[in-house]
Amino acid sequence: MIHAYVFDETFIVLDVNSGSLHVVDEPAYNIIKALEIAHQEDVATRFVPVYGAETVKEVLAEAADLKSNGLLFAPDPRPHNFNNSNTDGAVKALCLHLAHDCNLRCRYCFASQGDYAGDRGLMSKEVGQAAIDFLMHASGNRKHVEVDFFGGEPLLNRPVMQDLVEYGRLRAGEAGKVIKFTLTTNAILLDAEVQRLILDNDLAVVLSVDGRPQVHDRMRPTPSGGSSYRRVMERCAEFVRLPFDKEYYIRGTFTRHNLDFAADVRHLAEAGFDHLSVEPVVAGAGMDYALREEDLPTIMDEYNKLTRYLLERHRQGRPVEFFHFNIDLDDGPCLAKRLTGCSAGTEYLAVAPTGEMYPCHQFVGRPDFQVGSVFNGVEKDTTNMFSQAHIYNKKACLKCWARFHCSGGCHANALAFNGDLLEPYKLGCELAKKRLECALYLKICTTA
Amino acid sequence: MGKHIKTISGRTLQSTVRDGGCGECRTSCQSACKTSLTVGNQACNKKKTKNA
Repeated sequence: MIHAYVFDETFIVLDVNSGSLHVVDEPAYNIIKALEIAHQEDVATRFVPVYGAETVKEVLAEAADLKSNGLLFAPDPRPHNFNNSNTDGAVKALCLHLAHDCNLRCRYCFASQGDYAGDRGLMSKEVGQAAIDFLMHASGNRKHVEVDFFGGEPLLNRPVMQDLVEYGRLRAGEAGKVIKFTLTTNAILLDAEVQRLILDNDLAVVLSVDGRPQVHDRMRPTPSGGSSYRRVMERCAEFVRLPFDKEYYIRGTFTRHNLDFAADVRHLAEAGFDHLSVEPVVAGAGMDYALREEDLPTIMDEYNKLTRYLLERHRQGRPVEFFHFNIDLDDGPCLAKRLTGCSAGTEYLAVAPTGEMYPCHQFVGRPDFQVGSVFNGVEKDTTNMFSQAHIYNKKACLKCWARFHCSGGCHANALAFNGDLLEPYKLGCELAKKRLECALYLKICTTA
Repeated sequence: MGKHIKTISGRTLQSTVRDGGCGECRTSCQSACKTSLTVGNQACNKKKTKNA
């Protein structure tokens, strides 16, 4: 299987099963596409009158050479004994909901504006430490473990976060593990003390800003309905300008109200941020800001504009790293990782403020999906249910050229929109494919 | 490199079957409420360590 497409007069062929990427000229583009569905002799007969015998012969020879080296029309890479069970049962990553409360009232918040449709509350130190203890034990032989501080707004529970960073490092050191923390915050409370904590402990940081002032404030107001843009931008700028190495992303959401979201990426880039991520909102059809199928042509075109802007910045020597367009073709994830996907419900669990554990943050507060608690461990094993929701068990993925890159998409979205883990959220699929096309094109243009 | 076809990446998924699956890479949330990661845009932790 191949995916052949043209982006700004660049002819691109991705070999789906090997992951190999080729830039081709127009004759090769058309001949390779034809080879996928027709015999070589028939292809030659069809294209010799168009491109001439010599050119057709050359292209067929090059294609045959690539095929014999496993770089074109490669066979399915799935091992014969593949069953994708999480054989060691390890849990290596936890998302800690430090606060089911928030100091903003974002309209699109999947967590019901911070409280996950339950009581507002903060995680105690005891629950947090029990979570770390659970992770150290449940990660088994895995050396690298991860803890995400999430909410609501996790900085509303700053003392516990500070304690857990210290406790986590201590426990990881004792266990001979490497622990990596990530903080996802709206930046309102990102002051000098938090900056210090981040830098001293090498926390990765995700800072939520949506872009232009009117776009940001429309969806991310304060509890009283006021503007948060200025405060948030000041805090983010202050942090990003600190003269120390840091791992951060400015992360925005675009909705139906700003389908011209490339302008928001541009706004953030021109404000001096060079690690950006602006993502499509996921919302039910009843919401005025939800993306619709009819918006797809506009969104696709906007991704094209964004790609051209990022390429322009690269060529100007002012590159911006756009998270969704990152792609590592030579050192990317192995096949096993691509079949494991996001690891929700298997290697990754989310912890509510009171210690209950769920397959991921999207499931928090849904009793039917509770898998256990940090005090009692995993009591209801969802491993099989989630580990079997891989691309080879999803009909839509088997036909899709992007399957080894997106790994089947978000489980929670599949359930929310289709009531079935094995049926991906279609709109999300279309956007993921477009982003991948843009990413591959950028890779080609920026590879020397 | 061919006259008509230029290969940008010749690493194959098949080649990762043999030495992959160590489970040490980062998790990769794909929901829009976190910074969602298309799995394919991750880097392999083994390779990162080797290249460091």
